[in-house]
Amino acid sequence: MTTPTKVPTGAPTETASTAEGRIGDSPLRPDGVLKVTGEFAYSSDLWMDDMIWGATLRSPHPHARIVSVDIGAALATPGVCAVLTADDIPGRNAVGLEHDDQPVLAERVVRYQGEPVALVAADHPEIARQAVKKIVVDYQVLPAVTDGRQALDPSAPKVHEHGNLVRHFKIRKGDPAPSAPVVVSLDFEVGMQDQAFLGPESGLAVPAEDGGVDLYVATQWLHVDQRQVCQALGLPPERVRLSLAGVGGAFGGREDLSMHVHACLLALHTGKPVKMVYNREESFFGHVHRHPADLRYEFGAEADGTLVYGKVEIIFDGGAYASSTGAVVANGATMGLGPYRIPHVRVDCYGVYTNNPPCGAMRGFGCVQAAFAHEALMDELADRLGLDRVTIRQRNGMREGDENITGQRIDSAAPVAELLQIVRDMELPPSASEQRDLRDLPGGVANSTHGEGVVRGVGYAVTYKNVGFSEGFDDFSTARVRLEITGGEPVATVHTAAAEVGQGLITVEQQICRTELGVERVVVHPKDTQVGSGGSTSASRQTYVTGGAVKAACEAVRQRVLDRAAATIGVAANTLRLDGAKIVAESGDVVAALADVLGGDAVEETVEWRHRPTQRVDPETGQGDAHVQYAFSAHRAVVDVDVELGLVKVVALDTAQDVGKAINPDAVMGQIQGGSAQGMGLALMEEILVRDGKILNPSFTDYLIPTILDMPPMKIEILEYADPHAPYGLRGVGEPPTISSGPAVAAAIRQASGKALRRVPIRPEHITAS
Amino acid sequence: MRITTTVNGEPREIDDVWEGESLLYALRERMGLPGSKNACDQGECGSCTVYLDAVPVCACLVAAGQAQGRDIITVEGLAERDTLHPVQQAFVEAGAVQCGFCTPGLIVAAHDLLARSLQPSDQVIREALAGNLCRCTGYEKILDAVRLAADRLADASASGR
Ligand code: FES
Ligand code: FES
Repeated sequence: MTTPTKVPTGAPTETASTAEGRIGDSPLRPDGVLKVTGEFAYSSDLWMDDMIWGATLRSPHPHARIVSVDIGAALATPGVCAVLTADDIPGRNAVGLEHDDQPVLAERVVRYQGEPVALVAADHPEIARQAVKKIVVDYQVLPAVTDGRQALDPSAPKVHEHGNLVRHFKIRKGDPAPSAPVVVSLDFEVGMQDQAFLGPESGLAVPAEDGGVDLYVATQWLHVDQRQVCQALGLPPERVRLSLAGVGGAFGGREDLSMHVHACLLALHTGKPVKMVYNREESFFGHVHRHPADLRYEFGAEADGTLVYGKVEIIFDGGAYASSTGAVVANGATMGLGPYRIPHVRVDCYGVYTNNPPCGAMRGFGCVQAAFAHEALMDELADRLGLDRVTIRQRNGMREGDENITGQRIDSAAPVAELLQIVRDMELPPSASEQRDLRDLPGGVANSTHGEGVVRGVGYAVTYKNVGFSEGFDDFSTARVRLEITGGEPVATVHTAAAEVGQGLITVEQQICRTELGVERVVVHPKDTQVGSGGSTSASRQTYVTGGAVKAACEAVRQRVLDRAAATIGVAANTLRLDGAKIVAESGDVVAALADVLGGDAVEETVEWRHRPTQRVDPETGQGDAHVQYAFSAHRAVVDVDVELGLVKVVALDTAQDVGKAINPDAVMGQIQGGSAQGMGLALMEEILVRDGKILNPSFTDYLIPTILDMPPMKIEILEYADPHAPYGLRGVGEPPTISSGPAVAAAIRQASGKALRRVPIRPEHITAS
Repeated sequence: MRITTTVNGEPREIDDVWEGESLLYALRERMGLPGSKNACDQGECGSCTVYLDAVPVCACLVAAGQAQGRDIITVEGLAERDTLHPVQQAFVEAGAVQCGFCTPGLIVAAHDLLARSLQPSDQVIREALAGNLCRCTGYEKILDAVRLAADRLADASASGR
């Protein structure tokens, strides 16, 4: 291991445990005190004495040829240390999560507004920004394709030489030409949502003595970043070391690279540490968004509401580069009809390139868009048949043992009917006429109504979401656990590269170590690339996969300790157990002290852990066991709508979710509350407005996310039906709430307003339109 | 330009401050106080909230020059040595912190609310914190934290401590 030349202020440090707590407990998070005192260092807080600042020149055009770039004036600016373009990239000028189709700096052509074209490093961030403006680029504007459906037209402008199709996912199951006595259909449109994590993209690259670089950055997956940075720099992984700096939220938006390679290029070029921090406007251009979708749905059913068939076409607009569009398309297709039993299915799900901003991962990943459509259509079907909206979902809801639309048998709990029943049975909030406080009405403090024109609506939605990476992906995590005696006490140290982004993974890692080793003190080593990959902090997978790896590494450590004790005492190792500082026999007697067994030694094990494999699906029929686990949730939303002004107040947003096993119940609640808020945001207010390929609202002034005034109280009930295939029986938690909350809110507004509302976010003018 | 201020009770002097620099930049990059956060730099998120002469402001909207001769308290100045302020303690205990990027601003805003209002209703808490965005928590546990801190502060003041 090469140590970096110098370590910046704000570099990650060890996190010691500050609380007891095994799995099933809710110990306080070990970084909580640092975060409330302002001492926790985020990626934007990194600092070094001699550091300089980087800034990025971005394309003003959605599609243009770069005729020339003149950096002369920028380079001549006092205080500027470097100006770099595509010509200065030592390795391959191509990166990407699934396809290497994205240049680090644009070369010859720009494919979206905001695409990075050149970089500046300077003594002061303002000098760098001003120098960026002095770079003269001569663009020749090209025709752009800015509509997902149009992109599939053979006559459309081509975003890439290989065409505009990223992926077409087909599902063909059962009768290819099914019929049913009752047929309902709808078209739906979902706008472009932003992750809007609060901590801006940022990091610090430090040139190292070995000609390599140490990058401190906020990210979701250090090793996939490392692979891409190495590729662009033309350096081997030993010389590109990444450490996780403090992360201010992620939600999918940090799965792709942002400033990573840029800061490294500037650092290697200038020989100085380079810090880059996006401001909020740049952040809107600096990360991928949730795919806007164009969805066409048709359901056929029996007169009693039993679903017979589903026909679906979805187009996900992936924007200029592929990012994770392929996997989003797979999710949209395979979970596109919701958690229902449907024998005959035809799905065509497309991901396309356009000259819009690139789209990729965001919490709920392809399922969010589909859920708005299938849940609206279930309501439509219920209304057509005069059936209750919850009953029709319960009648069709998946159960354990059922086959889903890709032919995969659901081999653990699938409590769709029960989750719906729980939310239906929860107490309803007082009616609008009993409203105690005018500020609780739609419009709030604006005082736009005293109750006249206000109509109450209730809506339901249910979802299921895959956990972990799918379709045969080698989805593993690595954990290194060390046990030793320090200061007379057993101390475990856990080292993984799995990103803590705020969700509480480090707390869970400590809980697992305490559970498996019986120790109290657990130190979490800084997250970096000095240990194997932890996989991505996405797909609700870290507690499952990295949790599984930590558990397995603890088991390996424990085995070695017990083997050692057994050899000394002269008994079989399987008759002993480890309980903190003591080795205990079957009789319950303490037979040795851990301190005596270990002496001055540390026992350390590193384990790569995999969940059971998934399969690639058949490309023509989409059939196969694509996913490793499914997680289910249901929401009930209660809204008051001022039908004259189109204003909405969400009065209650209640939910039930099966989490298998709540490893940390308080953190589970936090995930459900925060996830529900993001789903509600998409239903009501969150949209990046893109016209002709250009973003109209890149600020928190114009891109609205829910505030504390917008959020209603949330009742939450957790089910714990263990999944026998998963560590501790747990299910991923983070994403389902973001999927079922929005459609429930939309359904409630439809009920209150009597409007069809086939687009989200729902705006006042949609509600008041005649 | 040179600026002289008091920050968290200590006199501070910084040199070479640019005309356009914000108080937030001066605190974070010149005074070694990065606790106040920079989520938007445009006055829309509250993550940079600090006290300026006892009034909470968005430090990103205040020019560094305006701090000349004034008294600033940041999130770093609220704990008494090793003892967290009850608002900070309540945020930790209630699980109101996930990524924590909103937290410093919320702590200052809630600190200010509870200095003015002993037992605020939920509606009053919501209005007081409406300028502080949080993307992680859905705000439920933030409300829990402020209620918890309010109760403890009320108990403490009732018992005359
Ligand atoms: S950073 Fe000042 S309000 Fe957002
Ligand atoms: S805890 Fe992440 S923004 Fe509030």
